[in-house]
Amino acid sequence: MEKHFVPKADKEYTKADFQSDQMVKWCPGCGDHAILAALLATFPKTGYKKENVCMVSGIGCSSRIPYYVDTYGFHSIHGRACAIATGVKLANPALSVWVNMGDGDSMAIGGNHLIHAVRRNQDLNITIFNNEIYGLTKGQYSPTTKFGQITKTSPYGTIDYPFNPGELVMGAQGTFFARTLDCVPQLSTECMTRAAKHDGCSVVEVLQNCVIFNDKTHAAITDRAVRDDRTIVLEHGKPMLFGKNKEKGLRFNGRCLETVTIGENGITIDDIMVHDETTEDTGIHMMLAHMGGDLPVALGVIRNVKKVSYTQLYEEQMEEQMTTGKYKCMDDLLNSGDTWEV
Amino acid sequence: MATDQIINKDDLVVRFAGDSGDGMQLSGTLFSDASALTGNDIATFPDYPAEIRAPHNTIAGVSGYQVHVGNHIYSSGDKCDILVAMNPAAFKSQLKWAKKGATVIVDIDTFTDEAMEKAGYTENPFTDELERAYTIIKAPVTSFTERIGEAQGVDKKTADKSRNMFALGIIFYATHKKLDQTFAYLERKFAKKPAVVALNKAVLTEGYEYADKLEVMHSHIFEIAHADKMEHGRYRNITGNVATAWGLLAASEKSGRRLFLGSYPITPATDVMVELAKHKSLGARVFQAEDEIAGICSAIGASYAGALACTSTSGPGLSLKSEALGLAVMTELPLVVVDVQRGGPSTGLPTKTEQSDLDQALYGRNGEAPLVVVAASSSANCFYWAFNAAKIALEHMTPVILLTDGYLGNGSQLFKIPSMKDMPEIKPRLAKENDPNYRPFRRDEEKYAREWALPGMEGLSHRVGGLEKCPDGPLSTDPENHALMTKNRQEKVNRVANYIPDQEVTGNPDADLLVVGWGGTAGALTLAVEEMNNEGKKVAYTHFNYICPLPKNTGDILRKYKKIVVCELNNGQFAGYLRTQFPECPMTQYNKIMGLPFEVGELKAEFNRLLEK
Repeated sequence: MEKHFVPKADKEYTKADFQSDQMVKWCPGCGDHAILAALLATFPKTGYKKENVCMVSGIGCSSRIPYYVDTYGFHSIHGRACAIATGVKLANPALSVWVNMGDGDSMAIGGNHLIHAVRRNQDLNITIFNNEIYGLTKGQYSPTTKFGQITKTSPYGTIDYPFNPGELVMGAQGTFFARTLDCVPQLSTECMTRAAKHDGCSVVEVLQNCVIFNDKTHAAITDRAVRDDRTIVLEHGKPMLFGKNKEKGLRFNGRCLETVTIGENGITIDDIMVHDETTEDTGIHMMLAHMGGDLPVALGVIRNVKKVSYTQLYEEQMEEQMTTGKYKCMDDLLNSGDTWEV
Repeated sequence: MATDQIINKDDLVVRFAGDSGDGMQLSGTLFSDASALTGNDIATFPDYPAEIRAPHNTIAGVSGYQVHVGNHIYSSGDKCDILVAMNPAAFKSQLKWAKKGATVIVDIDTFTDEAMEKAGYTENPFTDELERAYTIIKAPVTSFTERIGEAQGVDKKTADKSRNMFALGIIFYATHKKLDQTFAYLERKFAKKPAVVALNKAVLTEGYEYADKLEVMHSHIFEIAHADKMEHGRYRNITGNVATAWGLLAASEKSGRRLFLGSYPITPATDVMVELAKHKSLGARVFQAEDEIAGICSAIGASYAGALACTSTSGPGLSLKSEALGLAVMTELPLVVVDVQRGGPSTGLPTKTEQSDLDQALYGRNGEAPLVVVAASSSANCFYWAFNAAKIALEHMTPVILLTDGYLGNGSQLFKIPSMKDMPEIKPRLAKENDPNYRPFRRDEEKYAREWALPGMEGLSHRVGGLEKCPDGPLSTDPENHALMTKNRQEKVNRVANYIPDQEVTGNPDADLLVVGWGGTAGALTLAVEEMNNEGKKVAYTHFNYICPLPKNTGDILRKYKKIVVCELNNGQFAGYLRTQFPECPMTQYNKIMGLPFEVGELKAEFNRLLEK
């Protein structure tokens, strides 16, 4: 799938074409560095004209990203990136519009704008940097912080049940959701490239590590020693296998998803679910996005559904009215209806 | 029609009042349109409750629509010459708006014990004293209407919807007007429902004929003076909110920039969005956002991407937009914010008018955040002020707040149709593609405005945002730079004063007393000052549309007068603003905070009091 209105470049770009001259001011070891690298590697793969790329961010560590990318950029105010990006895209549908937000920015103060952008299927590429903490304000719990976690504002443990961004996207009838890890830049680039080409609203959640205020928050799934067993990279049309030797798989037992091992209890590859990112029904995608705990955390493109975007519907309506509408210019409108000479 | 006892009037005020479902707004509009088409000047003012359908027959549910017709009309008038009251609640609550001796038409069929009790009457309201003070016509509106309905095979409930036509028929008779215009309207409006057309026409005619048969009506027929002072040209009736929407459309056409409106529904501003949503054929890009904040933020995004970007709202919405307005100030992007003011604070009086958002418009942001504030002063000139707000925003690269109010927005007036070729040019400050010297905050010497480089343009990619930047573009926390940028942003707004006309004084400029007004009160103030001068009292008057910055000669004017009275529909916000800038000028205030427009009578009483002091 390709975007409707965004023009392709007549030349090939390299990563360096998108690198800005600004000093990157994130903490050493911050997951954001890897995400930036993955993003810079994404732009040449999308093929869109560089001057038509516009980065919009909110407030937070991750929202500094427009300064580090040599494109048009808007570092806006806390929570409002989706709303600003919506205006950018509506004013000029030929732009490839990116929205970068953290978990607090996108799901606390900006929660309303996020769900509505997703609901409309406005053609935006949304990336959520999820480190499960407010980093820039130095360590308060966010809407994705694990239940019970001790933070500066929850000295006795949080009693807030966290959001799962994927479930939020599915609940808002989202058409594209992918999840990746900051420490696997190739997967991030792949998810972002496919998101960039998705003709509608895409959301990519990057599980990101904040070395200072929430170090190792994702370690239980990202550590090399456990990663193969604790995560599963989904690929469209392929059986859902994971584990060091791809010996484990996911099966739907009629009630819920479960982990099975090939060769045990008569399980064969044919018992393993095959990933279909395109099913319109959100049921299975919701279950996949929800996984964790006993089940591996799903990575890769979980949902990618074709649905006419808000952008396209808007442009079609505009064009139809501009061709068939009664008034062609202001003088027509000013003199329409009941008028009289004095 | 008996035409032997016609009373000639220079102007006439008619007030239609009934339950909020009684169709009073429609009756009023039909009467004002018919009047305009037959050569009267007009102004209208709807006075409706916040509830869509408050309990039937209660005072809370009374909806009013006042129409002022005549030779030269400045406002919707003080008290009415004719009051139509469709039920006891309307009679009880609206009689205070009728002049002594006014003609009062009531639907007598509705004065049942139950309805009178609901309106709070404990005994017969039609006392001898009342009957002497007014000409009360007790018309059997409901029964006549239902009888016609029955004859046409229409049930009572449906027939009752046409009761307003019966009352309108009486008004047409009383104002010596013909019915054809309204027939034509009904045929157009209900083209697909011939039964509705037939019923309404029959009821309207019946009301007219009923009046003809009433002896008392024969001595109460008014012939209203035609507008003879009006400039020649083509005219139409227009509400302030529609005029605002059209002004923005006109600015879009003149500037060549796409019009974008990001808004959220809010009384009494919603009609600006409703109107623009109809005009995709003229390129209007309207976005109904998920909230007020998304409304302005989408507009800021659209502005960054090159649109003539606007958001429309009322007081509480403007509060929600404050932080984003600061972003527009910081990024120095063109933006028009329309605030159709209503009674506040908080939810306040959503359907009533007030001018109490002035302080919020001037100061309601964190940090040093100057922007341009202008105000419209009539329903019709909302068109020009919306156009003007857009022109300033685009040419000076600044957010502009346009203040109108519920009275202007929902009220209507005759509007002389301009030709687009006569509207001023608008030249947006677009950067040139691949300009090697482009810097995001490079300013021109005259306006101090930066250039507008749009995503999609080659060789101009840059970042904007809420953090302080240096003139070249990158972030800066340097103390000297912040001081410089703060001063530059202020200077840019100050310099708008170099591009606006001098403030004018009308009335008698040699008077001792100067009346000062701003925004939507111009109608009543103009008439009050005119009448005072006609009565031989010397009163000067100056009315402000440019609020920030003020016209450059403002101080010269204020310093000329011994007595100054600043009149506004709030507790003295403009007076306070003027005092901070011209502390040498003593000023008194005349304020009204009742959710209602000024009346000419109260203004004259105050001015007389000040003259005698």
